[in-house]
Amino acid sequence: MRVNKKGLLAAGAAAVVVTLGLAGCAGGGDTSDDATSSGTLTVWVDAERVDALKGAADAYTEKTGVEVDIVGKDVADIKDDFIQQVPTGKGPDITMGAHDWLGELSTNGVVAPIELGDSAGDYLPVAVDASTYEGTTYMLPYAVENIAMLRNADLVPEPATSFDDMIAKGQAAGLTQPFVVEQGAEGNPYHLYPFQTAFGSPVFGSGAEGYDPTDLQLGNTGGEQFATWLGSQGKNGTGAFNTDITSDIAKESFLTGKSAFWLTGPWNVGAAIDGGINVAIDTVPSPGPEVASPFAGVKGFFISAESDNKVAANDFLVNYIGTEDVQLELFEAGNILPALSAAAETASSDPIIAGFAAVGAEAVPMPAIPAMGSVWQYWGIAEADIINGADPVPTWQKLTSDVQAAIK
Amino acid sequence: MSSTIDEEVAAKAPQRPTKRQRQAANIADAASGGIKMLVLKLVLLGILDAIAVSAVFVLVMGGQWLVAAVVALVAAVVNWIYFSRRKLPAKYLTPGIIFLVLFQVFVLVYTGYIAFTNYGTGHNGSQEQAVSSLMASSLQRVEDSPTYPVTVVDQLGTLGLLATDPDGDAYVGTNDRPLEPVDADMEGGKAVATDGWTSLSFADVLARTDEITELAVPFSDDPNDGALRTPDGSTAYQYVSTLEYDEAAGTMTDVTTGTVYSDIGTGAFTSESGEELLPGWQITVGFDNFVRAVTDERLAEPLVYVTLWTFAFALISVASTFFLGLFLAIVFNDLRMRGRRYYRVLMILPYAIPTFLSALIWRGMMNESFGFINQVLLGGAEVPWLTDPFMAKVSVLIVNLWLGFPYMFLVCMGALQSIPDDIQEAATVDGAKPWAVFRLIKLPLLLVTVAPLLIASFAFNFNNFNVIYMLTDGGPRDSNAPIPVGFTDILITMVYKVAFTGQSRDYGLASAYSIIIFIVVSVIAIIAFRRTKSLEELN
Repeated sequence: MRVNKKGLLAAGAAAVVVTLGLAGCAGGGDTSDDATSSGTLTVWVDAERVDALKGAADAYTEKTGVEVDIVGKDVADIKDDFIQQVPTGKGPDITMGAHDWLGELSTNGVVAPIELGDSAGDYLPVAVDASTYEGTTYMLPYAVENIAMLRNADLVPEPATSFDDMIAKGQAAGLTQPFVVEQGAEGNPYHLYPFQTAFGSPVFGSGAEGYDPTDLQLGNTGGEQFATWLGSQGKNGTGAFNTDITSDIAKESFLTGKSAFWLTGPWNVGAAIDGGINVAIDTVPSPGPEVASPFAGVKGFFISAESDNKVAANDFLVNYIGTEDVQLELFEAGNILPALSAAAETASSDPIIAGFAAVGAEAVPMPAIPAMGSVWQYWGIAEADIINGADPVPTWQKLTSDVQAAIK
Repeated sequence: MSSTIDEEVAAKAPQRPTKRQRQAANIADAASGGIKMLVLKLVLLGILDAIAVSAVFVLVMGGQWLVAAVVALVAAVVNWIYFSRRKLPAKYLTPGIIFLVLFQVFVLVYTGYIAFTNYGTGHNGSQEQAVSSLMASSLQRVEDSPTYPVTVVDQLGTLGLLATDPDGDAYVGTNDRPLEPVDADMEGGKAVATDGWTSLSFADVLARTDEITELAVPFSDDPNDGALRTPDGSTAYQYVSTLEYDEAAGTMTDVTTGTVYSDIGTGAFTSESGEELLPGWQITVGFDNFVRAVTDERLAEPLVYVTLWTFAFALISVASTFFLGLFLAIVFNDLRMRGRRYYRVLMILPYAIPTFLSALIWRGMMNESFGFINQVLLGGAEVPWLTDPFMAKVSVLIVNLWLGFPYMFLVCMGALQSIPDDIQEAATVDGAKPWAVFRLIKLPLLLVTVAPLLIASFAFNFNNFNVIYMLTDGGPRDSNAPIPVGFTDILITMVYKVAFTGQSRDYGLASAYSIIIFIVVSVIAIIAFRRTKSLEELN
């Protein structure tokens, strides 16, 4: 055998180089982020919106000399990374996020309050409400997102006035499944919530400081009426709801014209328009006595509790991100209604956005309180059971008691 | 005599080496190339030392003395080993050991450490961070109070705020001195400078961010009026704090209700009635997590059937993949079969596709109303593949069989080829039927080599999180259980659900559970390895 020791030595040495190189990188990472203390703002944003913020960042650097380092991150990782990295001092100064993270971020002590000051009145009320947690504002909102009813205007030219009217109009157009909404084996309460509120059953009652976790409204009589109605529209009823319809199946059904109504969010409008559908945006037709209010998700920016640059961070957010130009830039990157009223008005020249904005006016912020986590756990599965033929009222009562027990 | 050998060698030498032989020779040449390799070694070690030195430098600058010392020590040891003329075993072992420590030992030790802490939602950082976060969020802006344009000013190193009230009057104050009226230079309705104070430019403000974040100028002599604070250095608002921190006593007092929250050693300020102020902080809690893991009432009932199903899942998966893999290996080992090579490639395909992807594809195909299997293969049947408790278990096993048999096929193929043919021939000559040959000779010999792999496969499937999570996510849900557990959940996915439900992340509890599962799997593996020792006597 002609392979001698030296060859293996070289391979071994190479391995060690790699190992120590890795160790060096790991160690180096500890300190490289310390640069934030010397006049650099590190901002985490989702990868799609990096470019939209570049302009604001450059303008800020030009005026104040503070470098703004925009880091594109995968949306799915931002929250957990932020919670884990802030206490170590390595996190960013500012992160993009959504208002329903607030309970978790605040419980973990990783966000600093932000003062919108007099500009608070310039934002849509739902955006400011959502940015406030236990009476303190923590988020600079930039967009408000909610679901609405997408209608294929070629199949059904007129908006529906109620849920039954919608089904009737769709059937008149010759469709067997006039309406689709995504569900799943474990239900999808987010997409069913407008129908629940139509019967007057919010999840939590709300007071001056936002949602009150001790006031669970889920199980009121309206909730039971909703459950009964849901059962009547499920497997053993009209079949309007089906837990086998996933988001992909719902999309396909709408795009191929099998369904004329699709309850979904702005994220799917692009696909519908690209698919050649003449899309109109309607409010959610109510099956009950009250208005069908979907959840509003508000997106915004948070400041890290451990940021060394809180003054610059506040200044950048309130005075730069909170301007109409930047809010419109962000709108163009994501096609979601801006949170700043003036920008929202400009954006509403687009009928699609105006449609979502009209529904958004009826929307309620999704609760950010930690108790909501307990609700999600049981909510969907109970609704899925009801759709699949479980006795509605007892199932709903069990849901209420499970949630009640979990919140304690 | 020697001449004949030389002749033989000489006679063989002129044969042209095959392409493969030449390739092998080239590799061997390259590997042994004296001076070149020495240079390469020096270069590589040089690069390593350069990286180590720069790492140490950066670490020392960052105050990470311990890590810097470890890096320096490791680099020194590596140099010593590779420049030494002896230390041959160490030269082989060092890289492996470094990798082992970095990727295995460290992770294990860290998981062990976390299991003894309360790390999780609400206990995320240090006590100091919790206090500052609580204090920051307890600030409430005084209702209907105006916005005060301010200039940050400095007097002999003490920062103050020069504020302009809505009437246009200027006031100045510091942390210790409440606001008092002054004469000031006005610019656009905002006081920008006053005698005896130096106005800070925005760059100065940023440079002293820490002090400005702490700056709270009392509004008046009455503490109940609150204080002016400026979040952005140019406007200030009047805040009152609802919490008061007494550092000496370690207590937080809610000034609006008078409730006293004290540090009672649970990692959060707790009132007498047991109400906790969150965020808390991270502390070590001893065996609390382990006690909770085994005494949690919510788990009592689900734990039994989840454990049984975990064992069933792991055992059936190992058995089914092994026997299918073995069967196929025997079939494709038969020389009479044509095109075996192509079939073999097909067999290995499932192994080449990432588990995540194939599990998700299977999930789509098994959808009850719209899936490929029901719609196309079964002509519109409504088989509840993933939604019926029993069928979901069957589906999980089928998918895991599909994912797992190629591995067993490969392993068995190799093991079968290493069994000498003469044993089989001897048995046939002795009159043994093929089944008897297989059962009495091949299988035991096969098990000698394969048994350890079967044990490893059992341990892998015992914790096969990916398949369960991607295919069914543990579902269908058991709506009677008090935790969101489903009928196909195995221990590790149940732990995931218990420790990471909704918005709460309980890393301490999760680590404790994973240590318990680790112990269970190790005990089973050790016992199984002892039993398989007896097989080795067959050889």
